[in-house]
Amino acid sequence: MDLKTLTKLTDTQWRIEPKGPMRVPGILFGNEALIRNMDDKVYEQVANVASLPGIVQAAYAMPDAHWGYGFPIGGVAAFDPDEGGVVSGGGVGFDISCGVRTLHTGLDRAAILAVQRELADALYYRIPVGLGSTGAIRLDDREMDAMLAGGASWAVGRGYGRPEDLGRIEENGRMAGADPKQVSEQAKRRQRDEMGTLGSGNHYLELQEVTAIHDPAIAATYGLEQGAVVVSIHCGSRGLGHQIGTDYLKRMALAASQHGIHLPDRELACAPLNSDLGRAYLGAMRAGINCALANRQILTHLARQVFRDILGADLRLLYDVSHNTCKLEEHRVEGRKRRLYVHRKGATRAFGPGHPDLPADLRAAGQPVLIGGTMGTASYVLAGTQQSQELAFNSACHGAGRAMSRHAATRRWQGRAVQNELASRGILVRSPSPRGMAEEAPGAYKDVSEVVAATDRAGLAKLVARLEPLVCIKG
Amino acid sequence: MPMPVPPPASQPSWAHFEHRADMGVAGYGMTPAEAFEQAALALTAIICDPARVRPAQAIPIQCEEPDLELLFVDWLNALIYEMAVRHMLFSRFQVQIDGAVLRAEAWGEPIDPERHQPAVEIKGATYTALAVQQDDAGHWVARCVVDV
Repeated sequence: MDLKTLTKLTDTQWRIEPKGPMRVPGILFGNEALIRNMDDKVYEQVANVASLPGIVQAAYAMPDAHWGYGFPIGGVAAFDPDEGGVVSGGGVGFDISCGVRTLHTGLDRAAILAVQRELADALYYRIPVGLGSTGAIRLDDREMDAMLAGGASWAVGRGYGRPEDLGRIEENGRMAGADPKQVSEQAKRRQRDEMGTLGSGNHYLELQEVTAIHDPAIAATYGLEQGAVVVSIHCGSRGLGHQIGTDYLKRMALAASQHGIHLPDRELACAPLNSDLGRAYLGAMRAGINCALANRQILTHLARQVFRDILGADLRLLYDVSHNTCKLEEHRVEGRKRRLYVHRKGATRAFGPGHPDLPADLRAAGQPVLIGGTMGTASYVLAGTQQSQELAFNSACHGAGRAMSRHAATRRWQGRAVQNELASRGILVRSPSPRGMAEEAPGAYKDVSEVVAATDRAGLAKLVARLEPLVCIKG
Repeated sequence: MPMPVPPPASQPSWAHFEHRADMGVAGYGMTPAEAFEQAALALTAIICDPARVRPAQAIPIQCEEPDLELLFVDWLNALIYEMAVRHMLFSRFQVQIDGAVLRAEAWGEPIDPERHQPAVEIKGATYTALAVQQDDAGHWVARCVVDV
C-alpha cells in the first residue's frame, strides 16, 4: 500500500480520508512496514465498508489485515440500527465464530516431553481432523435445534465438559438471540455428523509452552507461568457456518436494491439491521456462533479424555474468544453511549479492564485476547485495554495472516519435509494431508510477532505471554 | 494483486489463480456449460489431484438463477454442499444450461484419505473476481474465488 495515500496519525495509526461515497474515514493499524506490505485491496475494501449505511465513527483494519471478500480480513465496523445501519455476511465471514480456546494443563514442559509422542498420537487418534472426517455425535432435528440455541451450554448439558467452563467462554457459552429456524435445512444437514471435528486449513489443536511472560501481573491473573504448557484449539462453526454464509451472501446480494442499498461490489452484500432479512441473518449467525462454541466444547472434552488417560491430568479453561462475529454491544461514541452492531471479521474482541461482561476473576486484568500463530512459530496471549474502546470498538488482531498463496507454498515446500524439519526442532505435527502441511508451512505466513507487537504498540491490546508449539494436530 | 488474465482457451481447460488467503478457480470452454464443467474440475483440484478420483457414482444437481454469474456460484456451491454431506469427491461433470436452469451430473466416489490425500476443505464460492464472459473468439471463461 502506498503510504502517500494515507494520513499518518501515529506510528501505528493511519487514516484514509473520507472521499466520494465514504461516510466515515478508514483507520488502518500497523507499523510502517506492515502497512506498506498490506494489499492495495485492503485500502479499497476499507473505503467500501466506510461507504455502507449507518456506519459509525470509522471503518477499521487491524495490523494483520488482508484482502477478504467484501470486508477485509482483519476488518472491524460498527453500525447503528437507528441510522439505517446494516449487517453483512461478508463482514462476519464464512466460518462464523471461528475462534481460539486455550486451556491450562497444569503441567510443565518436562512432563509433556516425557510423553510427547504418545500425546501427539493419542490426540490425532481421538480428534476427528481433515476433510471428510466425522464426529461420533449424530444430531437429529430436535437436538440440532437445541445445539443451535444452546451452544457450549448445550454441550455441557450433554456431558461434554463442566458448568464452570461456561464462565470462561464469551457470552457464558451461549449466544442469546439465536434462531435455528433461520438456518437452512442444507446448513443443518452439512453439520449433522460434523460436531466435534476440527476441520482443515489453518485450524489446529496445539500443545504450547509458555516461553515468555511480557506482563507478569496479568499473566498471573490468567494463570500463565513461564514453562507451563497449555492446549489451544482453533476452529469454528464447521459446515453449518459455511452454509449460512453461502445462503445469506446470496440472499443479501439479491435483496440489496429492494433495500435501497447500492453495492459498489456484490460481495459487500448486506441488509438493514431493521429488516426481515437483517433479523433473519442475525438469528442464523447467532445459531452459527452457538455451533462453534459447542464444537470447541466437544473438542475440549476429547482432549480432556486424552490428558486424563495418559497423564491423569485435567484441563482448565483459560478463555474462549471468537474472531468472526457481529455482536450488539454498548460503546461510547463522542461521549454518548450507543448500542451498536460491531462486525469483527478476522478480528478479536478485546474488552478492557472492568468490562461487565468479563468473568469476575479476570475483570480487573481485561479480557484474554488469544492470537494463533503457525505450526512452527508462536501464538500469543494479549489482554484488552481501556483505550481499545476508543481506538476500534474493543478490537484487536487475530493471527498472522498469509504471506503467500497456497499454490506458492506447495511450490516451495513439501509436506513431509516441513513435518520433519519441525520434528527436528521438537515440534510434533500430526496431519492426514502432506499437501495440507505444505500449504500451512510456517514460512507461508506473515511474522505474527510483528503483528502482535504492532497491536500492543497501538494500544489495541496488551502483550501478556508468548506460546510456542510442542505438538500440532492439523487438518 | 493483479486479477488473473484468462489464457487463450481453444480447448476446454481449467486453472487456479492466486488469491492471498483463498484460491480462485477458472474454467474455459466453447460454451458456458463447458466452462462450468472445467471450473468444477478446478474446484476438485484445490482439494486433491482429480486424476485420483474415480468417477464411480453419479450425483444429480440442479440450480436455477436468471443471471449466469449467480448460476455459476450456485453450481460451485451445490458441488461444495454435495461433497460435504456425501463425503465425496468428484472428477467428471456433465452440465446442461437451459435458460436459467442448470442440470448436471457430478461423477465421483467417497473420500479415501489415504488415496486422495485431501489438502483442504472448501467453505464456499464467493462473488470475488466473479465473471462468466465470452471473449472475441467466442471462448467462454467462468471464474471466481472460493473460500478455503
